Amino acid sequence: MSTTETRELARPAAAKASPAKPRRALRGSPTVNFWLFTGPFLIGLTVFVYAPILWSLYLSFFEARFTVTPDKFVGLENYTYMLTNDDFVGSLVTFTAFAAFIVPTTWALSLGLALLVNRLRFMRAFFRSVFFLPTACSYVAASLIWKMSIFSGVRFGLMNTVLDWFGIDNIAWLVDPNPPWYWVVIVSARLWLQSGFYMILFIAALQNIPGELYEAAAIDGAKPGWQTFRYITLPQLRATSTAVVLLLLVAAYQAFDEFYNLLSKTTWGRPPLVELYYKALGESQDYGAGSAGAVVLTVLICAVTLLQGRFMGFGRGEESK
Amino acid sequence: MTTTMPGAPGVRESAPSPDKPPRVKRGGGGVMSSTGLYIATGTAGFLFLVPFYLLIRNALSTDADITGENWKFFPTDIQWGNISELFTDETVPFAQSMWNSAVVATLHTTGVLLVCSLAGYGLARIPYKHANKVFYAVLGTLMVPTAVTFVPSFVLVSSLGWVDTYRGLIIPGLFSGFTCFLFRQYFLGFPKELEEAARVDGLGYWGAYWRIVVPNSLNFFAAMATITFINGWNSFLWPLVIGQSPDAWTVQVALSNYMTNQTVVFHIIFMATAFSILPLVFVFLFLQRWLVQGIAQTGIKG
Repeated sequence: MSTTETRELARPAAAKASPAKPRRALRGSPTVNFWLFTGPFLIGLTVFVYAPILWSLYLSFFEARFTVTPDKFVGLENYTYMLTNDDFVGSLVTFTAFAAFIVPTTWALSLGLALLVNRLRFMRAFFRSVFFLPTACSYVAASLIWKMSIFSGVRFGLMNTVLDWFGIDNIAWLVDPNPPWYWVVIVSARLWLQSGFYMILFIAALQNIPGELYEAAAIDGAKPGWQTFRYITLPQLRATSTAVVLLLLVAAYQAFDEFYNLLSKTTWGRPPLVELYYKALGESQDYGAGSAGAVVLTVLICAVTLLQGRFMGFGRGEESK
Repeated sequence: MTTTMPGAPGVRESAPSPDKPPRVKRGGGGVMSSTGLYIATGTAGFLFLVPFYLLIRNALSTDADITGENWKFFPTDIQWGNISELFTDETVPFAQSMWNSAVVATLHTTGVLLVCSLAGYGLARIPYKHANKVFYAVLGTLMVPTAVTFVPSFVLVSSLGWVDTYRGLIIPGLFSGFTCFLFRQYFLGFPKELEEAARVDGLGYWGAYWRIVVPNSLNFFAAMATITFINGWNSFLWPLVIGQSPDAWTVQVALSNYMTNQTVVFHIIFMATAFSILPLVFVFLFLQRWLVQGIAQTGIKG
């Protein structure tokens, strides 16, 4: 009752505000426009992002083999299965180690390249392009070059040819997990692909450091080189470093492309996503266990991200916004 | 830029390198350290170019040259015929996969820019009571890597009957929380006066957006387009899951299949790889300005 009353009251009021142009009022209404602008995105986000996430959660509590509309609730069974599955847990452990290694290495290499390029006087654009160009390559293309040419296990692979010049025997880079030479292949491919991208970030950040800081440091007697780097450059790069480490961490846990292609027929050296791929879309089509694994992986990534944010002082950079 | 001014040693030194301790006094020894600098950069640059060299060498060689007893630095005869051989090869539909990639990457880029920029603008500029809640809902998706949800996504897409279709390859990837976030950050910094002028002239939000905001943001759009295109062209996991029949393969899936094929024809494989990289090399050469700008912007803001 009362709602009708208010509506009747409100209508003439609104009409008074824009008497001749009701369409104009609609067009100018912020709420309508908000949904007009964000609606398509939000609908898509709900259907293609939120729905799969929720569905995944749902599936993880059911026995879902060869079906996505399961009816047998199994509680946490999929989780206990995945968390006691040596392959999956092993790959989580391995990839935590992998992340702990590849993240600082890529960080250091891209920062080093940025420092080098930033100091160049001649051919600066050239070298920047050289280091940046690998970003154009996909992980698949890089895997192919690495597997078929550089680290080909046979005699005519580049590395084995070079080793041969020094009288060292051929190494089967990707075939044998003992010793695990395949890490050399994977790490070098990743460094080649990623460093240039993060180098660009660091160059941009380096150029934002005000020159006065270095002048002040010089007056205070800081020696150029290590001291200024340690006490001026590095702290000034903190926000960028945090962002870079964050991006690298997430990328490390989501590694898929190069492992899938470089180690295509192996049962070892599988990152979590490859494990999940074979679990869910392989022969067993175990969507329940696969989803439980995905949830575990997501929680792990979130935890590591938050931990890293805590550790490196995420949010301190907020002030500069 | 890093030239040392006499009398002010090392003052303008904008980026001292960690791997070169100040053994040399900057005042007098500029030549020494810059030689070292160029040696270090040159070596690194050389190593970064080796894979490209191998790619081109192998693509233009015969298999006999590649697998021969002695290492050949350059092909004995440059085999331009490898190109036509690649495109007439029946075992892998390479031309089709290039076309698929071009269509997918282009539509992906257009779609992402359209949908995410509109949403970003709405979140940044249009006052609405619950705008913050909506924004947090978008931010929340950044915590969950999309790659992790590929299993239920695949199930969803296949129940829609979109396996092996362009729709299936493109549409699920359009709703990038990260891109939306970047657009929002960008529009927050867009000068308000311009829009207010448009409003005074009688344009609504929609009109102001298309006539004022977009034309004045083309640099940012170009930067985002370049990055999105590269990601679309290079993505692998989703096309692998969706592209089940060879006709629906993108070029990355086709390359991956070359690697697992029973027969290995080196020069074909490398020529295919070279062609798969070619479009992006063009993007790099001609659009590097926007690309660098885009990465710098996204990195700093993100």
